[in-house]
Amino acid sequence: MSTGLELKDVSISFGGLKAVTDLNFSIFPGELLGLIGPNGAGKTTVFNLITGVYTPTSGRISFNGDSVSSRKPEGITRMGIARTFQNIRLFSSLSVLDNVRAAMVMHLKHGILHSLTRGPAFLKEEGSVEDEAMALLDIFGLKDACHANAKSLNYGDQRRLEIVRALATRPKLLLLDEPAAGMNPSEKDDLMKLIRFIKERYNLAVLLVEHDMKVVMGICERIAVLEYGRKIAEGTPKEIQSHPKVIEAYLGAAAVVD
Amino acid sequence: MKRYTTQIVLLVVVLLSLGISVLSGKFDAYYMDIALNVGINIILAVSLNLVNGHTGQFSLGHAAFMAVGAYGASIFTLEMSARLMPLLGGPGSFATGVAFLLALLVGGLCAAVCGWLVGMPSLRLRGDYLAIVTLGFNEIVRVILQNTSGDGVFGGPLGLKGIPPLTTFFWVFAIAAICVYVVGSMVSSTYGRGFPAVRDDEIAAGSMGINTVRYKVTAFVVGSFFAGLSGGLYAHLRTTISPEGFNFLKSFDVVVIVILGGMGSTAGVIIAAIVLTVLNEFLRDFEQYRMLVFSILLIVMMIVRPQGLLPSFPILNRKKSA
Ligand SMILES: Nc1ncnc2c1ncn2[C@@H]1O[C@H](COP(=O)(O)OP(=O)(O)OP(=O)(O)O)[C@@H](O)[C@H]1O
Ligand SMILES: [Mg+2]
Repeated sequence: MSTGLELKDVSISFGGLKAVTDLNFSIFPGELLGLIGPNGAGKTTVFNLITGVYTPTSGRISFNGDSVSSRKPEGITRMGIARTFQNIRLFSSLSVLDNVRAAMVMHLKHGILHSLTRGPAFLKEEGSVEDEAMALLDIFGLKDACHANAKSLNYGDQRRLEIVRALATRPKLLLLDEPAAGMNPSEKDDLMKLIRFIKERYNLAVLLVEHDMKVVMGICERIAVLEYGRKIAEGTPKEIQSHPKVIEAYLGAAAVVD
Repeated sequence: MKRYTTQIVLLVVVLLSLGISVLSGKFDAYYMDIALNVGINIILAVSLNLVNGHTGQFSLGHAAFMAVGAYGASIFTLEMSARLMPLLGGPGSFATGVAFLLALLVGGLCAAVCGWLVGMPSLRLRGDYLAIVTLGFNEIVRVILQNTSGDGVFGGPLGLKGIPPLTTFFWVFAIAAICVYVVGSMVSSTYGRGFPAVRDDEIAAGSMGINTVRYKVTAFVVGSFFAGLSGGLYAHLRTTISPEGFNFLKSFDVVVIVILGGMGSTAGVIIAAIVLTVLNEFLRDFEQYRMLVFSILLIVMMIVRPQGLLPSFPILNRKKSA
């Protein structure tokens, strides 16, 4: 049964600071939900809560009916939730290809002993891992750079590689934390097209954090708005654009949405 | 054929070391001894490199696992070998060899079990706990051995003597080759990409579904196993061992080799093991300055070439020939 991701009254505080307070929202299978809010609103913290980097102080997070909050990050990824990082966290000493291979470890049928005997089945799997990784890199235009060191990539390509690496875990839900940060408008446009493409192709639900309103309004089916760790609005892009609280808290300052 | 290159190289090295071993009488005993030291240090450094280099943990207690292996193997040889001989078809070079192999394995397994016991709790924690715990473990092992009874199986502060000199060029370099092969194949496989992933970014690794604790413990246990084997080889080379020989300075020596060789670079670490072992031999007359020289070497290295002698690259290049 897939009901998607559900957050129920989720809160977390760091010392005295309540970074997220009584947050409720759901992401349905195959949906693209935008998560927006001013700087420091708690968007990245929500990602960290969903992926088990932080444990909620209270509340419950579940994915397809199973509790997420009791598991470690790797266990949550195994449930089918993958993410990218706002402050890029690639494996900096590894090649582009190896960054992707590392993310496929949990799907391997072969373990450490097989890497010593190197039998035909092992070699076959190594080959298929590489093929899958290369196919993913190809989608994001990184195939030719596959043997380059990950940190030698330009900023935009590093962000794209973050997405490829997350996809390599074969997720059902993909969390993207400002994937287009630092990109110019046309690069952003291309990236959003790619995100829509992989969403259809791999039948993904996507949670997207993005500051560029035009981008968010253009791609998301539904949007949730955070301010000071609380959800102040949720709805279609149209509803959000005209929501008084949102205009006050967020768009009011920017006021550039046409 | 290409896919079996590494196995073939492994086989060639093993056969070569057998050949040299057979001819060992023809070589100068002094140089032979240095060569054996080099081999033992290669095993120590390559296995520590799995933990400190590839997986990015900081163990400071490699000598303790070497000690466990040395005592485990020696006690096995001294207490059990004679009893095993009839079962293995009586005394003879084959039976002796098998008994020695068993002794080495016993030592290695004891060290691996200790590695697991030390690693399980400390590797769950983030940060530098491992350095402190392993340093402590190193001292604990030494102190325990020192406080055993002088006429018990452990031999007290004077240690064990009269260990049969079974270690030959063949054993040392065959095991060194296996160690390099095991570490190299492990790390370069897709499964093994988890080791450097844990080193580069533990949070990202966890978020990519990598069981970080399991990787750290695996590296630590495999590293300890080979440290144990090297201990067994060392004991059956020197024929006497004492707790003092495995103090934390010995651990420090191995750490120096790994840092100089370039954390994570197997080839660099092998070269560093050769250079430093030979250097050590030449500095024997200046024993009191040895640590000084090493320290200066380390500082210079940190400034001039922080990545180590060689850049890290996988010794098994598993690139598809497309
Ligand atoms: N580990 C932590 N310890 C203490 N405070 C934290 C921690 N993580 C986040 N915070 C605080 O929680 C609040 C929300 O931060 P968060 O990074 O989630 O915001 P954000 O919405 O992602 O902002 P931005 O748009 O700048 O990325 C901030 O005030 C931040 O300082
Ligand atoms: Mg953020």
